[in-house]
Amino acid sequence: MMSTWTKVANVDDVLENGGSCIKVGNEHIAIFNFDNKTVWYAIENTCPHKKQSVLSRGLIGEDGGEPKVACPLHKNAFSLKTGKHLGGNEEWTVKTYPIKVENNEIYLNV
Amino acid sequence: MINQTKKQIIVLGNGMVGYKFCEKLVAKDTKGQYHITVFGEEPRPAYDRVQLSAYFSGKTVEDLTMAPFEWYEENGIDLYVNEKVYEVNREEKYVVSEKGRKLYYDALIMATGSIPFIPPIPGVDKKGVFPYRTIEDLNDIMAYAQSANTGVVIGGGLLGLEAAKALVDLKVKTHVVEFAPRLMPRQIDQTGSDFLKRKIEDLGVSVHLSKNTQSIDGDGAVQAMRFADETVLETDMIVVSAGIKPRDDVARAIKLEVGERGGIVIDSQCRTSDSDIYAIGECALYNKMIYGLVAPGYQMAEVVASSLVGEEKEFVGADMSTKLKLMGVDVGSFGNPFAEGDHIDAVIMNNSINGVYKKILIDRESKKLVGGILIGDASQYGQLLPLCQAGTPVPEIPETLLLDRKLFAGAEDAELPDSAGVCSCENITKGEIVEAYKAGAKTIPDLKKCTKAGTGCGGCVPLMTDILNQEIKKAGGEVKQTLCSCFNRSRIELAEIIRTEKIRNYWEVLGRYGTGRGCEICKPAVASILASYQNEYILQHQNIQDTNDQFLANIQKNGSYSVVPRVPGGEIKPEQLIAIGEIAKEFDLYTKITGGQRIDMFGAKVEQLPAIWKKLRDVGLESGHAYAKALRTVKSCVGSTWCRFGVQDSVGLAIRIENRYKGLRAPHKIKSAVSGCSRECAEAQSKDFGVIATDKGYNLYICGNGGMKPQHAKLFAEDLDEEALIKYIDRFLMFYVRTADKLMRTATWLNKFEGGIKRLKEIIIEDALGICQELEEEMAYHVATYECEWSKTLNDPRMMNKFKPFINTVETDETIKFVPERGQKKPLDPIAGVSA
Repeated sequence: MMSTWTKVANVDDVLENGGSCIKVGNEHIAIFNFDNKTVWYAIENTCPHKKQSVLSRGLIGEDGGEPKVACPLHKNAFSLKTGKHLGGNEEWTVKTYPIKVENNEIYLNV
Repeated sequence: MINQTKKQIIVLGNGMVGYKFCEKLVAKDTKGQYHITVFGEEPRPAYDRVQLSAYFSGKTVEDLTMAPFEWYEENGIDLYVNEKVYEVNREEKYVVSEKGRKLYYDALIMATGSIPFIPPIPGVDKKGVFPYRTIEDLNDIMAYAQSANTGVVIGGGLLGLEAAKALVDLKVKTHVVEFAPRLMPRQIDQTGSDFLKRKIEDLGVSVHLSKNTQSIDGDGAVQAMRFADETVLETDMIVVSAGIKPRDDVARAIKLEVGERGGIVIDSQCRTSDSDIYAIGECALYNKMIYGLVAPGYQMAEVVASSLVGEEKEFVGADMSTKLKLMGVDVGSFGNPFAEGDHIDAVIMNNSINGVYKKILIDRESKKLVGGILIGDASQYGQLLPLCQAGTPVPEIPETLLLDRKLFAGAEDAELPDSAGVCSCENITKGEIVEAYKAGAKTIPDLKKCTKAGTGCGGCVPLMTDILNQEIKKAGGEVKQTLCSCFNRSRIELAEIIRTEKIRNYWEVLGRYGTGRGCEICKPAVASILASYQNEYILQHQNIQDTNDQFLANIQKNGSYSVVPRVPGGEIKPEQLIAIGEIAKEFDLYTKITGGQRIDMFGAKVEQLPAIWKKLRDVGLESGHAYAKALRTVKSCVGSTWCRFGVQDSVGLAIRIENRYKGLRAPHKIKSAVSGCSRECAEAQSKDFGVIATDKGYNLYICGNGGMKPQHAKLFAEDLDEEALIKYIDRFLMFYVRTADKLMRTATWLNKFEGGIKRLKEIIIEDALGICQELEEEMAYHVATYECEWSKTLNDPRMMNKFKPFINTVETDETIKFVPERGQKKPLDPIAGVSA
């Protein structure tokens, strides 16, 4: 279903090995890239702990091979693959979104 | 759905102990012979009642929940909340709930807990009197406190003081009224109570002891309390926390044996007088004792779960040892803290300077530790409790048990026997931890997972760490402070590598010395080291900076930022003050004077930061680095220029120092001050480095700290002239940057520094290591290359793009909202819907 992919930004708009925030409708979506814009992830931007729209401003990294972002407010870390809270609180799962890059353009499937 | 092939376990009550029983049985029932049904009367699954007062200081119900609904589901447990059982038929072995659910059981577990004991005082039923037990109670208290100025807690026990903390958090003037002549009468003695009382009163709580409440007066709602000594205390609300009463009504109705003063009688298997019915936790009476703490309840849960799967375990009573922080004050009590008689010796430390009281009781014959009390500093609790439980003789000089072990450098820790209890919440011994270590759990998180030790109150984690390190050493391994899982090196080693090899970026450090893609711990730590030595523009490395250094502002709880321009020495021109006021007005920012003699503006949205800084720059204001682990402020008193007592120009020197070290990234923030005479109005002795003027020059103090663990700075050198002073500070700061661990303030650094202040003087003053020239050159490089980050950022049009909430639209972040308070604004909390 090609029609559900939305172009949201150009690859040049984002910082390499970091995060940015996209607004689609009313949703705030954090997109992240690793390895100089070759590996991409997208999750909801709101941290479930205090419900603040800040995750794109957190530092990304890896935990035993699992890509993660640490919330800038209280350092709660979330898997970028599954959205799960890495501290084991199952109620704190964030949404993940399919993301792809074609011709230097970033697409989200929201 | 009931599975007919499984044996049916029904649990009455879903409190902490009821939940713990489920957790333990699920883990032990590897053959899947049991199906569990739980009835709870509260509307939510079990939560951590021990941490209840944290609900007032911002923890949510979710934070406190032991396990969510999904956990019960995943483990095949039927949990019925909001549903009490009102009928039990012992002959046919079934229960009926208030919603008409009829279920048969093979074993019935009573974990009905307790209810608050409400003393029969006339007027106790008035509006504004609350028990303190459930989250619903807390919600009621919170709502009522909105319109209350004064609140009284009846009961100065453990829970009463927790309740008092809650009232303090609700900004109500708080009183504690206790019938006994001392606080926590079951845990501590009179002197301990005096110390605790003083500490609590320092927090603004009034404590009234030996008070016998005669009546609660008021027209409909509470207005005052009247005591037997004819005194009166006016109050708007009362929270009752005068002890507990076991919930044994169901047990009574079905004629199980109960104690004279309540409680379901159990044997060492936790069986009641009906062998198919067990009772655990605060509803159970063992050996005429109700155990009102969570740890013994967990032990009972363990005994019942074990016996159901055919393991032999016994409950033989538990000691009431406890360690907790009451309103920020450490309190510990273990063994028998009231033991007395000819055969008991006491060793007492009574330090009214810092409010620390410690007492240990020793049996004269056997030299065993019988019990003790710790007030103000309970850091030895983790060491003393196992010693007391294991019954090992105390050392020859028992005083050493009362002192910080780190004061005896090189003294080997006495090794604990395997039977020594480590985690009293989960009842885990040292032997079990060592076993788990040998089976492959080589880190604290792994040990927690395997043994559950350290997952309750967490008080035993330092002891677990000691045991782990001992085992690693025994196995011939090296105990290493690694930075994080990406690097097998400490911060100090990485700093050495970066300094000597002159590496200029994180990815090279990671590629050569680390593994993986990095993480949120090593990125900012390495960024800080790079900045300390290369002093490159911070945003050149922005993807490894913490959010504050990424946006050059302090992120606040709602995702907005605060802005703090530098005000060197606290000296500011009227036109700059006016500009700050006008900027705050234009951008609608909340303003507050900081503790460091400058002005903080809160509530800026990320897209407003460049415009705000442009205006600040126009009046000559620079970044204050309030967002960075770097030099913050150099506070000063007005000094000899104006003050009739001042002996040196403290403002001038403070400005010189602040301008010299501004922007220096370090393992943690650095604060400083200069006082113009020995009256010390700038509080220099509480700073990382402080200067006090003398008539001959300056005294330099180092490694002081305010904050969580205040520590006076130590006198480092006396009567220095300005050039010698600057030279020593240069060397001191760069040596700290070189040798401190990540996020380690100077005070802790000195405490852990081998050889202490004496060695530090040898290194910095006498150049014992021959590194002083290097240190001075490093500082000279920093000073020469300093540039205001905000000024540089404003000059770089490419950087303007990053100060936007979204990259695909120019909209603002509509979720950041504010509400008015006292003529300014404050964040609106999206969770509560009210101001946070």
